[in-house]
Amino acid sequence: MADTMAAEATTHSPHAEEHHTSTGISNEKLAMWVFLGSECLLFGGLLSVYMFNKGRIGPTDVGPNDVFDIPFTSVSSFVLLMSSLTMVFAVSAIARGNLRGNRIWLAATAALGAIFVAGQVYEFTAFYSEGLGFTTNLFGSAFYSLTGFHGAHVTIGIIMLMTLFVMSLRGNLPQQRAETVEIIGLYWHFVDIVWIVIFTIVYLFPQ
Amino acid sequence: MTVTDGAITAPEETLALPAGPVIANRPLGVFTRPQGNEGWKSWLFTVDHKRIGVMYGAAAMFFFLVGGAEALFIRLQLATPDGSVIGAGTYNGVFTMHGVTMIFLVAMPMAAAFANYLLPLQIGARDVAFPRLNAFSFWCFLAGGLLLTSSMLIGGWFQNVPDGGWFNYAPNSGVLFSPHKGIDFYAVGLQITGIASLVSSINLIVTVLNMRTKGMSLFRMPVLTWMLLITQFLLLFAIPVITVALFLLMFDRLWDANFFNVAAGADPLLWQHLFWIFGHPEVYILVLPAFGIVSEIIPTFSRKPLFGYHFMVASGIAIGFMGWGVWAHHMFTSGIGPLAVAAFSVSTMFIAVPTGVKILNWLGTMYGGRLRFTTPMLYAVGVVSMFTIGGLSGVTHSIAPSDTQQTDTYYIVAHFHYVIFGGIILGLFGGLHFWWPKIFGYMLDEGWGKAAFWVILIGFNFTFGPMHILGLQGMSRRIATYRADEGFAFWNMVATIGAFVIAIGVAMLLWNIYKSTRDWRRAGRPDVGPDPWDARALEWMTASPTPEHNFDSEIEVEGLDEFWHRKYGKDETGRVVRAAPTSEVAHDGSNTKVHLPSPSYWPIVLGGGILLVGYGLIYNLWLAAAGVVLLVASIYGWILEPPDDPEAAGHDEDGHDDGDGHGDADSNGDSAEAEEEAATVG
Amino acid sequence: MATVTHESSDTAPAAGEPASETPPAAHTPDEHASGGDHAHPSDWLYVKVAIALALLTAFEVFTYFETVHGWGDTAIIVMLVAMMLLKFFLVVAFFMHLKFDAPIFWRLFVFGLILAMAVYMVMLTAFRYW
Repeated sequence: MADTMAAEATTHSPHAEEHHTSTGISNEKLAMWVFLGSECLLFGGLLSVYMFNKGRIGPTDVGPNDVFDIPFTSVSSFVLLMSSLTMVFAVSAIARGNLRGNRIWLAATAALGAIFVAGQVYEFTAFYSEGLGFTTNLFGSAFYSLTGFHGAHVTIGIIMLMTLFVMSLRGNLPQQRAETVEIIGLYWHFVDIVWIVIFTIVYLFPQ
Repeated sequence: MTVTDGAITAPEETLALPAGPVIANRPLGVFTRPQGNEGWKSWLFTVDHKRIGVMYGAAAMFFFLVGGAEALFIRLQLATPDGSVIGAGTYNGVFTMHGVTMIFLVAMPMAAAFANYLLPLQIGARDVAFPRLNAFSFWCFLAGGLLLTSSMLIGGWFQNVPDGGWFNYAPNSGVLFSPHKGIDFYAVGLQITGIASLVSSINLIVTVLNMRTKGMSLFRMPVLTWMLLITQFLLLFAIPVITVALFLLMFDRLWDANFFNVAAGADPLLWQHLFWIFGHPEVYILVLPAFGIVSEIIPTFSRKPLFGYHFMVASGIAIGFMGWGVWAHHMFTSGIGPLAVAAFSVSTMFIAVPTGVKILNWLGTMYGGRLRFTTPMLYAVGVVSMFTIGGLSGVTHSIAPSDTQQTDTYYIVAHFHYVIFGGIILGLFGGLHFWWPKIFGYMLDEGWGKAAFWVILIGFNFTFGPMHILGLQGMSRRIATYRADEGFAFWNMVATIGAFVIAIGVAMLLWNIYKSTRDWRRAGRPDVGPDPWDARALEWMTASPTPEHNFDSEIEVEGLDEFWHRKYGKDETGRVVRAAPTSEVAHDGSNTKVHLPSPSYWPIVLGGGILLVGYGLIYNLWLAAAGVVLLVASIYGWILEPPDDPEAAGHDEDGHDDGDGHGDADSNGDSAEAEEEAATVG
Repeated sequence: MATVTHESSDTAPAAGEPASETPPAAHTPDEHASGGDHAHPSDWLYVKVAIALALLTAFEVFTYFETVHGWGDTAIIVMLVAMMLLKFFLVVAFFMHLKFDAPIFWRLFVFGLILAMAVYMVMLTAFRYW
């Protein structure tokens, strides 16, 4: 933070992305990072609750090994991972002024996200039919809460991406607003890294 | 951002439209922004940090009276052995609501009032980073507060009221043991106030980091700003933890999840951990703003700079860090094991050190100073002395064997009231008297102010001093009655009398506000001047009451206590002498050309949507669905409304038009979207 | 649709060529703090990162099916955590630009991350979870 004053003291570069703030960073981007720092505590808490509770089930209860379908979840994890790639392409496109490319990649990201959410809905349905409901046991409650919160975050991300897409179609998302796409992208990548952690700890850890 | 680049590189072309490209903004017709700054509408739709601060303060005072009335009922019930004023069930609800109200609906929002009003002023900013989000924080808080308070009335007087204590331990909070809807109100209401706090913390952190005026480096910020910044960071990281806990509780109660269902193998201690991981930082969230207020008042009335500014800031930061490592001292008797008890016992002893540093620095500031015992100064000295008592009894809790004896006795109640009332409420009342002339443009009567202070202080000590004794005698907290042969009667009667003395003191304070306002109006509203106390920080450098645009021009700061050093210099012999009269130094608020963010309908609509969702979760999911529709609609309204009033068309979010005034308004979809996520987290 | 002015047309073509992108004010200690798109890496780098992520994921999944080699659970967990962290930081550093962006973002985020891990691991330790 000590460098903030130095940044302020220098003459403004003619570069288009200079911001008139103490740190030289836009308020919106800083706010998003502050918010993501806070989100770490939310998902950390949900994940700890899951880890704490997943084994607290009776010997005959439906447990992780009874329901998890690793090949299926691996594919949907891969889809979400690749949506991060399309997201950076969207950011990169709008930064270059390629608005059409931006729209295409935004739509692709939203589509991949939607595939992931659809996969999650399918997974939940399958688990439910195998006897694991939200109220069945502690594993069920904790599992659905954790992955459900993540799914809700992905859904909100999809809504925001679609909003950006429509804004772009209406001409309200010119190159000057590239940072808006970048900020939504930050959120999207965060949701992705949360899934990286969930996928490893919840699904892949030896039970 | 980009659009305003022309304005940044060439600030002299201020009144022309920005040189950059005009971003097409196509509002959908209905989304215009409200205008004007007169009448009740201007309060409902305001995005001005000062009005929001005043509304926070007024709401907190209202809830203070509610919580105070509850306290009086508690004391009436306990005044005599075998009390029968209220039944045991109602008593549970009353003490729970007293705690919840005083912590979440009084101490936190009253600190938020000062944060909103003063923080931008102290760093020389035009407003907070996201004015509309700021307004939303307030309405969201109010929604949560009203939802919680309404639990006392809905379905009959105290029939559906939270009754698990403010920390609401599981499994007692489950449907099995608390079948009525009280705990649901607790879970949903605190969730909503949590969203408000989280949004507000993000907003204020960005404000402090990004909106400081020229030359205002971090170590030139007043201590109040520092303490508020640390508070916001604590909120930022603590709120998600209670959010998790409240969601688990909500899922358990509303949808039969098993998180605290012991029959299904759950460990109810999980709630205690999650609650106190939030709960102990929460203690510092409550107290640090009061520390900041005291750190502003004492130097002003000692006519000395704050002793050890850097130590003061560093100890605040140290408290901010260490506050995360002591939570299990609330759980010494819960069976967490000897190792955990020992570790948390040691960390708790350590956290007394930075607090002691602060006490020492205040005393060092007063030492050798030219003390003026005005009302704010009396409150500040009251904080230093009363908080020290509370801090010392707190240290006795860090010693686990001693704590084992004291847990859940009135000794604990005495301790935290010395901290919360003696430290926080007295500090906030001191701030109220100190900044009243800045906020409203006239002084509160000093005679009545001092009288009220002494009555409150004496009543306070008579109420909570005896509780130390009662606790050591073995009186349990949270019991509705006690028998005559237990020997608790005398000190309980003393405490009850003390509580009513406090009530008289608070009534005198309110009378003082009424009387001072009336006298000022009768006297033809004389001008109090920008700086009635001869104070030190930037907020005193503009007219009183603060004009809507804050400062007439951007202030360039060259050091700590900038305003003071503009007023006073040193002569050859090193004596402090007046360098310039205040009227020359301070702004008179006459610059009306400063660009202001337009009011907005959406923050309050969004708050209403959240309120509907809250009631809907408790009573009927269709109502919640309607709330969600309103919520989504208002978020889109927020994004789609034009960034500004029509005259200023073309300004983007960084509508930095005047070259002076750190005039970054918000007004862009980004903030709304950031907020959209925030809303879903909470 | 926005009209392109002289300002944006100055910068727009340059953004495609990272080599010529150093702004005049690059002597400031945190030149990246300007948040400019000049710091963005090329799309090819993103593809390389994505390939690395895909390979790591494939290997992670592989450990799930190939536990027969006699690796103990602990070894597998250590490997999985290592790969998870690698993936995590690849996304954070490259896709979220933290490697190229203002250091304050890094500090804010890592503070939240470390705090979360610390308090929750202490909590689980107090439960004798491990």
